[in-house]
Amino acid sequence: MSTALHIAPAKVRALAKYQDNPATREAPWVRFALLTLGLGFFLIFLVLPLVAVFTEALRKGWEVYFASLADEETFSAIKLTLIAAAIAVPLNLVFGLSASWLIAKHDFRGKQLLITFIDLPFSVSPVVAGLMYVLIFGAQGWFGPWLQANDIKIIFAVPGIVLATVFVTFPFVARELIPLMQAQGKDEEEAATVLGASGWQTFRRVTLPNIKWGLLYGVILCNARAMGEFGAVSVVSGHIRGLTNTLPLHVEILYNEYQFAAAFAVASLLALLALVTLVIKQFIEWRASQSHGNE
Amino acid sequence: MALFLRRRVLPGFAPTLGFTLFYLSLIVLIPLIAVFVKSSGHGFEAFWAAATSPRVMASYKLSFGASLLAALINLFFGLILAWCIVRYEFPGKKLVDALIDLPFALPTAVAGIALTALYAPNGWVGSLFAPGGSLAFLFGEEGLKIAFTPLGILLALIFIGLPFIVRTVQPVLEDMETELEEAAASLGAQRWQTFRYVVLPTLLPALLTGFALAFARAVGEYGSVIFIAGNIPMVSEITPLMIIAKLEQYDYVGATAIAAVMLIVSFVLLLIINGLQAWSSQRGARK
Repeated sequence: MSTALHIAPAKVRALAKYQDNPATREAPWVRFALLTLGLGFFLIFLVLPLVAVFTEALRKGWEVYFASLADEETFSAIKLTLIAAAIAVPLNLVFGLSASWLIAKHDFRGKQLLITFIDLPFSVSPVVAGLMYVLIFGAQGWFGPWLQANDIKIIFAVPGIVLATVFVTFPFVARELIPLMQAQGKDEEEAATVLGASGWQTFRRVTLPNIKWGLLYGVILCNARAMGEFGAVSVVSGHIRGLTNTLPLHVEILYNEYQFAAAFAVASLLALLALVTLVIKQFIEWRASQSHGNE
Repeated sequence: MALFLRRRVLPGFAPTLGFTLFYLSLIVLIPLIAVFVKSSGHGFEAFWAAATSPRVMASYKLSFGASLLAALINLFFGLILAWCIVRYEFPGKKLVDALIDLPFALPTAVAGIALTALYAPNGWVGSLFAPGGSLAFLFGEEGLKIAFTPLGILLALIFIGLPFIVRTVQPVLEDMETELEEAAASLGAQRWQTFRYVVLPTLLPALLTGFALAFARAVGEYGSVIFIAGNIPMVSEITPLMIIAKLEQYDYVGATAIAAVMLIVSFVLLLIINGLQAWSSQRGARK
């Protein structure tokens, strides 16, 4: 995936290089036209929708805004969203650490195939992801009759929502760590092991400090997606108000009931989450480039 | 492979291999297999009838057509944006660079209702093109309806696809040596010729990778599209919506058949993307 953390400490120097060099410089009118096209597109397609979320949310004033947030169904949606993320993120974090340790620090046959499999959830439509679990755990599914006989509900209940969230956020941490750990090689870990460190000590004292920024980056991306997932969760949730509604589903329900101010108020919470995610991402990139430069 | 037999210096091979494969199978592989097993369970004819009914065929045409067009538009503007960010200095550049990732971070349902609010006939942009709007004359008396038409779907797919192109092209552009362009210029190439024959070929693998990623994401996209699509049968129904529609009618055979078709398309796209990425990194290594 193209979200990988990349560090370019020489960026500032390179910039002056482009503009002072006649061979890499465009005519002023070309530069002006490109900037106008690029930034115009950026404003219309990215900034405008973001501004629209907050304007629509506050259209009827702060009182209505806070009233729609301080709603019991909104609270239960927030709670369920937090629960789903609190289960999905740690699971995929452990998986990411395990998979990246395996792939980056060991050689074995079929490694490339394994990496491709890990990427799979990125290319599967969220709706198909939800459907998969319906086919396994739904009333018509493989385990449907057995689950019904034992009175266990997975589809149209919280476990289904958690499963769908785990699936769509599956690759995030692994995808961040694998290239990072591959680039770092295994010399340091091998040295630690030869000096008598146990596997766990090696991981905690040598590997973890090296990957901490990449790890944090993967976790916040994973979390943003976990809290914002819509399609997959929509299929397995059943939209039971107050019970199986996550925040994005709550937005949909309010919107379809023409409670636009309330829908956008809840949506603005999710938009804030996205903005916070982007700020943390910037911070991590800055910290990573700093520690990169100090080496 | 001899490596497999050699004693390993670093510990943890067996447990991480075991856990990784177990978790991967449980969450990803077995559920995916379920789709194919279930879709073949009712015979090929039922599968084929469900996967190629006229309404579903219309949804393929729309989903693939709009995704292709959105990815093409993003290819053009994404390249320009990446170029501006890497090569030019302008106020607010850091903010622009950071906000490019917004479509990755913003929940799709939020994007969906925001775009609908903007492009509906009474929205900020939509009202400009609606009858009586200041830009409506460009499209005759009726004006131009954006939301609740395929055009609205296209806009939503452009929104979610843009970062894929910018973020695949940007690092390649940053790493590109200026010597190549200097050599071209000293040999008498115009700036446009240098771009066309030196810069563009270097960027080609990254551009194609970004294009394929944006296309793959757009084909499966659901949340940002359904609000703005209007969901009119044969006109503005996307393929993922068809799966939901079949599920709501308890037509599991139909839903599974369409899902199987979408999965096959995803696998093919994933293979193409992997190939492109390998080509990309090979290019990088040769330099």
